[in-house]
Amino acid sequence: MNKPGLPIVLQGITKSWAGAVALDDVHLTIPAGQFSAILGPSGCGKSTLLRMIAGLETPSAGKVFIDGRDVTALPADQRGLSFVFQSYALFPHLSVAENIVFGLRTRRVPRAERNQRLAEVAQLLGLGPYLDRKPAQLSGGQQQRVALGRAIIAKRAICLMDEPLSNLDAKLRQTMRAELRALQQQLGFTMVYVTHDQVEAITMADQVVLMNAGRVEQVAAPDALYLKPDTVFAARFIGTPAMNILPAAALGPLGQGLEQAAGRPLSVGLRPEALVHVPQSPVVLSCTHAEYLGADALAHGHIGGHRAVMRVPGADRPEPGTQLLVSFAPQDLHLFDFATEHRTEVAGLSGIFLRLGLPTAKPTGAVASPFKPKDD
Amino acid sequence: MDRRDWVYGWLLVLPAMVFLGLFTHLPAIATIWNSFFSTPRGRRPKLFVGLENYQRLLDDPVFWKVMVNNLWFALGTIPLSIALALIMALSVQRAFAGRALVRMAYFTPTVLPLIAVANIWLFFYTPGFGLIDQITGLFGLGQSNLLGSPDTALFAVMAVTVWKEAGFFMIFYLAALQTIPPHLGEAAKIEGAPTGTVFWRITFPLLMPTTLFVSINAVINSFRMVDHIFVLTGGGPDNASSLLLFYIYETSFRFWDTAYGATLTVVMLALLGVLAIGQFLIFDKKVHYK
Repeated sequence: MNKPGLPIVLQGITKSWAGAVALDDVHLTIPAGQFSAILGPSGCGKSTLLRMIAGLETPSAGKVFIDGRDVTALPADQRGLSFVFQSYALFPHLSVAENIVFGLRTRRVPRAERNQRLAEVAQLLGLGPYLDRKPAQLSGGQQQRVALGRAIIAKRAICLMDEPLSNLDAKLRQTMRAELRALQQQLGFTMVYVTHDQVEAITMADQVVLMNAGRVEQVAAPDALYLKPDTVFAARFIGTPAMNILPAAALGPLGQGLEQAAGRPLSVGLRPEALVHVPQSPVVLSCTHAEYLGADALAHGHIGGHRAVMRVPGADRPEPGTQLLVSFAPQDLHLFDFATEHRTEVAGLSGIFLRLGLPTAKPTGAVASPFKPKDD
Repeated sequence: MDRRDWVYGWLLVLPAMVFLGLFTHLPAIATIWNSFFSTPRGRRPKLFVGLENYQRLLDDPVFWKVMVNNLWFALGTIPLSIALALIMALSVQRAFAGRALVRMAYFTPTVLPLIAVANIWLFFYTPGFGLIDQITGLFGLGQSNLLGSPDTALFAVMAVTVWKEAGFFMIFYLAALQTIPPHLGEAAKIEGAPTGTVFWRITFPLLMPTTLFVSINAVINSFRMVDHIFVLTGGGPDNASSLLLFYIYETSFRFWDTAYGATLTVVMLALLGVLAIGQFLIFDKKVHYK
């Protein structure tokens, strides 16, 4: 019944306004029928990128392809996509029903078909009792559903969403995340979803596009992004609390060994949940304070003079001033080139660990979810 | 409620009540009262005459003339100035080079003093060497006396009014347009609505409260119009450009027939009241208030 999703390809998209570069040579492939999340901090250009795909903004350079067709010059309504705005952009003077069928009416879909599709959408989104109301008479979550209804009634192959959940409260956001994901899978369209919230991106998406300062930092599946971040930025952005990034020298002899093996200065990345308390180790976390979170706690301190955080059981948190001997599994050690901040690998990590007498901890996996919802 | 609160509340509204009562309600009631009496002259005091003044009004050809004039004046200036105001507001809403200058130009007629405006147009209309005649002269057309001929005097005054009112109403439309989120237009565009549809189905309905406000003001202004007529035509020739308020002024303060002036004023108040209420009733169903 529904058209399958269509793929989107961006080639060298650049956008600048009076000298300020919002997007810098973005190349990106969004696979058909998948849920892609564009994730990044405020001002990284993710919304601009979405508006380029939609045709609401024209790129200064570069091309947009939908299903292999160059649509760069095509106006928004001819690209066969729908868009959900952060503010919902519901027409305040029209009823819920009129809002949802607005697009069908402008495209002169016969009344009978319009009503039938409206009934389907209302059923799907549970909007039946509210069809005659004005948007102002609905709660935030209901308004959100109306915006969704307007987007899906036309059965477009592509749906673009610009931070659609950011105006909802934390609890509602959580249920809507699951609903959006289910809706996308049920209807099979290509979803491009812009968010600044890593939890949304990680929990919903098939593919996460991480952006930073107008560039694509990394494109990967959520678990790959967490397990193998390409850059220091990606490593820090994904995971709460953020990964500890230290100069290799902070790890003492191990750091020197790694830098020798790599032949250049390195940064090392260790997630707070990768650090494990062991009886004997050359690596020491001198604890300054502990942050109690319930099931677990965060021990803040320094390793080799650099700030670091370690996740410990909530019942067993260290006193300030404690010197914690810590270790970690070779698999949990992320290495980055110190200068370029790009990921790098060093062969024979376990051997180096062994040679320097560092007890290898079990790799992570038993720790609590690294993705704590950030309820800001 | 506490009795002291009650007194306190009345004390707070007292100043406003005194001023409204003294300068609005009392004169209105006095006007209605006076319309049932004759005009006192010299040693002859005013006498109760019942509805005699109203009978005179019905038989007064000048009254009917100014009423018809006023009707044409309202019909000619209100829709035109509102439509122009909306077009001007839409045209200067988007950012473009020199926008501030264009906005200022549109608004200038409203900022200028009334007498100055009338004098500028007096110069435009001057037969022989006025701006209009100079331009028509280039095409070999003869002199015209737009203000001086009974056929065109009212239209000449109407043109000045539209010119002045449109810029004023534009400000209200401009303010209202700024409150409409741009996302609404974008959402409509993505749903395939062409620019015209976006305007008629989204922008225009959302501007309805402003249109109601502006149109009520326009109606009131069209019946309060007096200053331009003073300067431009003095109501002439042969009352061709005289409007209701100008006739009231002439009756009351030139001929000192204050009782008949009061009668005319009562008619005008009633008319304005009915029009305002009517507009509210008609528009109310169509207006979406946020």
